[in-house]
Amino acid sequence: MSNDILRQDAATPIVIVGHVDHGKSTLIGRLLHDTDNLPEGRVAQIIESSRKRGLKVEWSFLLDSLQIERDQGVTVDSTRIPFLLGNRQFVIVDAPGHRQFLRNMITGAADAEAAVLVIDAAEGAQEQTRRHAMLLRLIGIRHVVVLMNKVDLLEYDEHKIAASEQAVAALLKQLDIEPSLFIPASAREGDNIASRSPRMDWYKGPTLTEALALVPSPAGRADLPLRLPVQDVYRFDSKRVVAGRIERGRVSVGDTLVIGTHGTTARVASIESWHTAPQISAVAGQSVAITLEPDVIPDRGDLLHRPDEAPIRTARIRSRLFWLRQEPLRVGESFRLRLATAEHQVTVASIDSVVRLDDLTEHASDHVPPEGFAEITLAASESILFDAFTPGTTDGRGVLVDRHQRIVGGAPLIGPAEIASGTKAIHPTDSTVSLWDRAQARGHRGGVFWMTGLPGAGKSTIARAAESRLFAQKIDVSVLDGDTLRAGLCADLGFSEADRTENVRRAAAVARILAETGQVVLVALISPRAADRELARQVVGEGFHEIFVDADQATCEARDPKGLYQAARAGRISGFTGIDAPYDVPATPDLHLATGAGSVGDVADRLAGYVADSVTLAEATRRRS
Amino acid sequence: MDDLDQLEAQSVYILREAYRKLKPLAMLWSLGKDSNVMLWLARKAFLGRVPFPVMHVDTGKKFPEMYRFRDEYVKKWELELLLGDCPPVEEIDPTLPPAARSAARKTAGLAAMIEKYKLEGVIAGIRRDEQATRAKERVFSPRGSSHKWDVRNQPPEFWDQYATPHEEGVHIRVHPLLSWREIDIWRYIEREGIPLVDLYFSKNGKRYRSLGDQDITSPIESEAATVAEVIAELQTTRTSERAGRAMDHESEDAFERLRVAGYL
Repeated sequence: MSNDILRQDAATPIVIVGHVDHGKSTLIGRLLHDTDNLPEGRVAQIIESSRKRGLKVEWSFLLDSLQIERDQGVTVDSTRIPFLLGNRQFVIVDAPGHRQFLRNMITGAADAEAAVLVIDAAEGAQEQTRRHAMLLRLIGIRHVVVLMNKVDLLEYDEHKIAASEQAVAALLKQLDIEPSLFIPASAREGDNIASRSPRMDWYKGPTLTEALALVPSPAGRADLPLRLPVQDVYRFDSKRVVAGRIERGRVSVGDTLVIGTHGTTARVASIESWHTAPQISAVAGQSVAITLEPDVIPDRGDLLHRPDEAPIRTARIRSRLFWLRQEPLRVGESFRLRLATAEHQVTVASIDSVVRLDDLTEHASDHVPPEGFAEITLAASESILFDAFTPGTTDGRGVLVDRHQRIVGGAPLIGPAEIASGTKAIHPTDSTVSLWDRAQARGHRGGVFWMTGLPGAGKSTIARAAESRLFAQKIDVSVLDGDTLRAGLCADLGFSEADRTENVRRAAAVARILAETGQVVLVALISPRAADRELARQVVGEGFHEIFVDADQATCEARDPKGLYQAARAGRISGFTGIDAPYDVPATPDLHLATGAGSVGDVADRLAGYVADSVTLAEATRRRS
Repeated sequence: MDDLDQLEAQSVYILREAYRKLKPLAMLWSLGKDSNVMLWLARKAFLGRVPFPVMHVDTGKKFPEMYRFRDEYVKKWELELLLGDCPPVEEIDPTLPPAARSAARKTAGLAAMIEKYKLEGVIAGIRRDEQATRAKERVFSPRGSSHKWDVRNQPPEFWDQYATPHEEGVHIRVHPLLSWREIDIWRYIEREGIPLVDLYFSKNGKRYRSLGDQDITSPIESEAATVAEVIAELQTTRTSERAGRAMDHESEDAFERLRVAGYL
């Protein structure tokens, strides 16, 4: 077997981006077709699929491989297609240009070496053009080719096309993106894609395929200072091996390395491998296994580096951000920052600026909208070792993960942040035990059941009765009762609107802490204002249930277990809910308990049943209990 | 590093992530070329060992050569083998075209094994270039309790940060070969000397390019009798690898329906 078949350069990933309908899919279809990259029968299949749907040949069907995509004419997820140009391998990444685009595009594009930005020359840059360009800047793509598409609509006219180009160039300049090239082209007609257009003699630059061939191969990271994040530590036979992938630099047997933040040093005793020639050195990109002398035990996430080449070390990091969650990001939210193999608890200490997509200017804001771009400051509970992100490197960029293990943002790190005067420099810590771990151990999830209702409606009575029923079912349950809270935690609060709101906020904060430890919390609190209950829902987050304990005022007043109605009627207390303070009846409670008639036992049974159904795990998944 | 080194390093990284994050974990071993490469990569990652069981979901309709291969290498490579069988075809969705319905037996057999061993991670050897719907897969692909692949709602995956199980009943399909092409698999087999069942090599002018069940897989015309000859053949061929897999071609969406329901 000749050596050159076994030894080739790695594929260069190229992402194709652009506004919806500016012709991305058509371009990719055309490119694959004109460069002879389509398997036999594929073109016939596309013609047949298009005919069935009464369409002209629809190149996008090449990529829209799912039936729903072809039927609805939308791309729902990114696609990666291997592509050969001469002897060089590429991978073309195509991402949907619409809904949840960012999430899908980042999945495909995050490692791209170059991008082709497709712009309808007649229509010019649109909202998604700006959004995509912004993302190219954030993920650090160095080579951007702008394809001015559909120039047939401008009659291939040099001046009209030049005017359109200038507008795009001005936009990209705002983002510090210097396109390597503008190519006037028509993907549908094949002009300047794989062959030179006979209709634009005035254009002397390369065609798209010529431009792709000029994209440099990914640069080596072997000459940078060594960064080896520990992925895992194995004990095989009597040997302890430290496994990880080298992100930068090279490591050799005999090197002295510093291990993570604790600063212990050790010498590389060997590089272990199976079924390869013995190695004494390894470079960036390789997944290695090393033994250390002395035999120290690093943790996953520890960064190994040389003593004289330490990375940045700080607990406050300035970072860029692209935000993927459907709800906005606000200051004070906490996440896990996953950085290579490390995980750190971080809190968003400030949102420093947010990009306005209409004109790509940065401005102040108290939140980052869904699919938004921003600069933020993250505060960690411990020192973090990292390098600032630079294009062409694989580390120095992290993802934010919420407490349900979902990736909600991408964060290319900029550097350490100063503690500005007047800011609250808080660095909350968080447990490494996940909600799911706790749920599995207990056999049930945590949850907050917020019982609202008039004084005397029976909230505390029912909560206590349900508590004993749930406890008998081995559910870890507790009751937070309004009076108990006011006797202690909230002793400083009165009954003004503001104090009532603060009372609710504290109750909700305590309930959340308990629920996060896996407990079921029944909160019995009048909480008369709908706005306060909404606040409670926000503080608690997922697992919040509003329970309306409903008895009419006459019934409550007749019960008057604490003699409070009597006192209020007599004017001895004021601001009493139902007498001289309003009660907002819940519009859509998660559970409605009428307590006017029927026994306490029946109502408590209903509540306990509802709670148990909400928190109990299915038997099959109770693996570790 | 050349492209095979890079693919190998990436697969090793993925396997080590899976081993660290997902417990219990098992690797699907269909006895075909891809899953043999995957096993080989596991031994690279764990220095000659395979520290989790391999799983053969047996349709009962594999070629005899494949069963012999399995029994030989379980011993040679010291593998812990989990065997599962598949329900009869009568129990499978009758609206599927015949070959797809036959293939769907494997989906049901796999689901039963995941349930039985309470698996949190299942490593499978699918590749993006094999089939268009597989081009949209994630490296770590979460499946809910029904094992369905929700292609409209896949989690973001970038910078080698992968999804982890986040709620009850979720398991993760791990795909360490997603970025490999068919020819890369063969080049790696050649480079490393990975053993294969000999159905892949030409006998009487025919060989199998892709191996499934006997009744729904057909051989191709080929004179390629060695790994090197297969590579040479692939460099010029224009037909797709799964052309010999009947279930892919019965209707426009047959394979997509299989995959959405939990097929590999």
